[in-house]
Amino acid sequence: MIPAKTKPISKETQSKLKKVGEYLETSPRLKDQQGQLMGALHYVQTLFGYLPQEAMEYISEKLSIPTAHIYGMATFYNYFSLQPKAKYQIYLCKGTACYVAGGARIQERLKEELKIGLGETTPDGMFGWNITRCLGCCGLSPVMQVNEDIYVRMVPEKIPAILEKYRRQDKKAAKVKEAGIGAFDHPGK
Amino acid sequence: MDKKIVLLKDTSIGAADKTKEYYSLILNLLRDQNLQDSVQVVRVADIGFYDQGLVLKILPGQVTYGRVQESDLLPVITETIQGNKVLDRLALEPNEKQLRIVLRNCGQIDPENFDDYIAADGYAALKKVITEYKPEQVIEQLKASGLRGRGGAGYPTWMKWNFARQVKAEQKYIVCNGDEGDPGAYMDRSVLEGDPHSVIEGMMIGAYAIGASQGYFYIRAEYPLAVERIQKAIAQAYEYGLLGKNILGTDFSFDVEIRLGAGAFVCGEETALLASIEGKRGTPQPRPPYPSIKGLWGKPTVINNVETLANIPVILLKGGAWFGKIGTEKSKGTKVFALTGKIKNSGLIEVPMGTTIRDIVYHIGGGMLASKGIKAVQTGGPSGGVIPKEFLDEPVDYENLQKLGSIMGSGGMIVMDEDDCLVDIAKFYLKFCVEESCGKCAPCRIGGFQMLSLLENITSGKGTASDLAKMRRIALAMQKASLCGLGQTASNPVLSTLKYFAAEYKSHIEDKKCVAGKCRYLLNYQIIPEKCKKCGLCLTNCVFGAITGNREQGYILDPAKCTKCGRCYEVCKFKAINKG
Ligand SMILES: Cc1cc2nc3c(=O)[nH]c(=O)nc-3n(C[C@H](O)[C@H](O)[C@H](O)COP(=O)(O)O)c2cc1C
Ligand code: SF4
Ligand code: SF4
Ligand code: FES
Repeated sequence: MIPAKTKPISKETQSKLKKVGEYLETSPRLKDQQGQLMGALHYVQTLFGYLPQEAMEYISEKLSIPTAHIYGMATFYNYFSLQPKAKYQIYLCKGTACYVAGGARIQERLKEELKIGLGETTPDGMFGWNITRCLGCCGLSPVMQVNEDIYVRMVPEKIPAILEKYRRQDKKAAKVKEAGIGAFDHPGK
Repeated sequence: MDKKIVLLKDTSIGAADKTKEYYSLILNLLRDQNLQDSVQVVRVADIGFYDQGLVLKILPGQVTYGRVQESDLLPVITETIQGNKVLDRLALEPNEKQLRIVLRNCGQIDPENFDDYIAADGYAALKKVITEYKPEQVIEQLKASGLRGRGGAGYPTWMKWNFARQVKAEQKYIVCNGDEGDPGAYMDRSVLEGDPHSVIEGMMIGAYAIGASQGYFYIRAEYPLAVERIQKAIAQAYEYGLLGKNILGTDFSFDVEIRLGAGAFVCGEETALLASIEGKRGTPQPRPPYPSIKGLWGKPTVINNVETLANIPVILLKGGAWFGKIGTEKSKGTKVFALTGKIKNSGLIEVPMGTTIRDIVYHIGGGMLASKGIKAVQTGGPSGGVIPKEFLDEPVDYENLQKLGSIMGSGGMIVMDEDDCLVDIAKFYLKFCVEESCGKCAPCRIGGFQMLSLLENITSGKGTASDLAKMRRIALAMQKASLCGLGQTASNPVLSTLKYFAAEYKSHIEDKKCVAGKCRYLLNYQIIPEKCKKCGLCLTNCVFGAITGNREQGYILDPAKCTKCGRCYEVCKFKAINKG
């Protein structure tokens, strides 16, 4: 269910919604307004990193498409997410080669280390994990991806150290930011 | 033309990808030599070699170097790029069992450079077709070629085009299916990334043949580089007047747009794909009417796979008869496979139809990875089946694979050895289909779920003698009554493993044993006292408290507490833990 709205819309969200409005006006009307919807959802997903309720309502209003239909689209397609992405999004390949090479055990260990289920985010917003289809490096399976970094020939034992690396990296980035250098921003993808 | 191109790919197995690092190193060296404007460096997805370390290909001239080290870079630049001299110690021999038609340009040209494509005979076929051929003639050429769809079903491309051509309508569409669903295949992505123009050209020839003025690329959003390359290529084609109104001064006008898929396997099915483009949930529709009669927004629409379209320009350029000579009686041309599993050289390969599985595994794949023997080869992904080792000498083509109880599919090929459990593999594929079922029709939704729970039972020691018959019955219902190909074929991996490896199922059910040692709940772990050096590593690693003891008396494993996680087995350096 879509949770009831509690917070007023932030400035940042407002300015992003404006961008969505501009996109809707300039993007080609693919046959009809419904044909424009997929493109719009992709745009929002890239812009926010997920599909916030405000954005879905906004699109519904602009394109005169019921929110129920938009919500139906958002839940049908795996690529769209209704929750903000974690800072470090982990993807495990669920392709055949990775499975044959023992991918299931990587998943088990990761779940155990993070204590969250598929598609969830850790309470501190640091890690989330999901599965992805073949990443095209089957020869190096099993494969795990953290944001843009790819880890090949994975074994469960490597997981704690990898997670630790990102925790340290994050702390360092926070310190740099405090010192006012600010070059390590994680805008998310 | 003195501009040189260096293509770059790290093909090492089991090491971090060094492409990025080498890319910068080469750029730096080129700058030092003041060559930055006459040499271009491109990172490519596939270069035709595997497990050869860092591979460099230098064009024109076609020299390929393997196992390149940092210290080799300077000599490569000064001697080969500047001096046109081949360094024999680094040069690789090309693999002669392969024949590259679809992948002809992949790794050979810079995919973002329009002139490169033109230099490789790009758009020559299009020009010939729209200035010299009538649409009927295009279809005749395709008929002579014998090309069949590479998206899975193997339907003759000329027939599909001919249906759409014969329907009268003021608007027709052509769609390229770049949703690549098979969880173990990535050839479509490599072609889109490595040779985007040839897919566009193939689509345009199709559009001309059927009378379409609008085309769509439906590409998975998870392939951002493929999307970017196609986007660039479309922009270039518009810039050079190859897309848009009155192309090359003819009456033919054609526009192309990209639509992104959003991670649903069922959207690879053609009616679901069209629904998705229209902005709906991607659920399949009953056929007929077929899309070639009534497709996108009710208009005649041809849907072709990426690999199918990449074949088209070559066929039109060299002639259908030329293509028809390659392959077997009913399967013409080549097929690209994503060869993986327990094999030395994993990667994309392209072979003429009719090549034997043995040639693929042992000549191109370099043989088995470990000393373990080959057990079976899986083809066709979640809709396919397994081919046991007795049939290694069978030629690979549509008819033959079907006869063996598998299918060609989109081209995943996974080689399995004695360590792989086929019940487990069947479960993997079925689980994939159950997760990806759209849920629209009951046989697929409920049947898949039921069959999966039977398999879960069997692999966790709760199977009963009647389970196999039950699974066969459910499979039959799913095949007969499901709406789309997903449900109709989801039981294939189960049926085919049952056909060839019934004994393996029986040992799971009757003896509660998994000989391959894969099915976790059928395993028992034991400490072998004679081998145990009392290091205690297993104790610290067992988070479930199943191991007790100390360094003096040794360690004991309590099977009642053991969750069979296998961690102790992995950490023990003395192989003192037995799994069986
Ligand atoms: C569940 C399902 C998934 C499919 N996935 C793909 C796919 O990812 N790519 C593809 O080209 N065809 C896929 N197909 C086949 C398409 O429906 C269609 O037959 C094909 O794109 C036609 O192109 P072709 O004639 O060039 O092979 C799928 C079919 C089914 C039933
Ligand atoms: S067979 Fe499965 S995937 Fe296909 S329409 Fe029915 S429920 Fe959906
Ligand atoms: S298999 Fe896992 S649970 Fe069982 S004894 Fe070994 S470490 Fe402990
Ligand atoms: S199966 Fe995991 S990368 Fe291909």
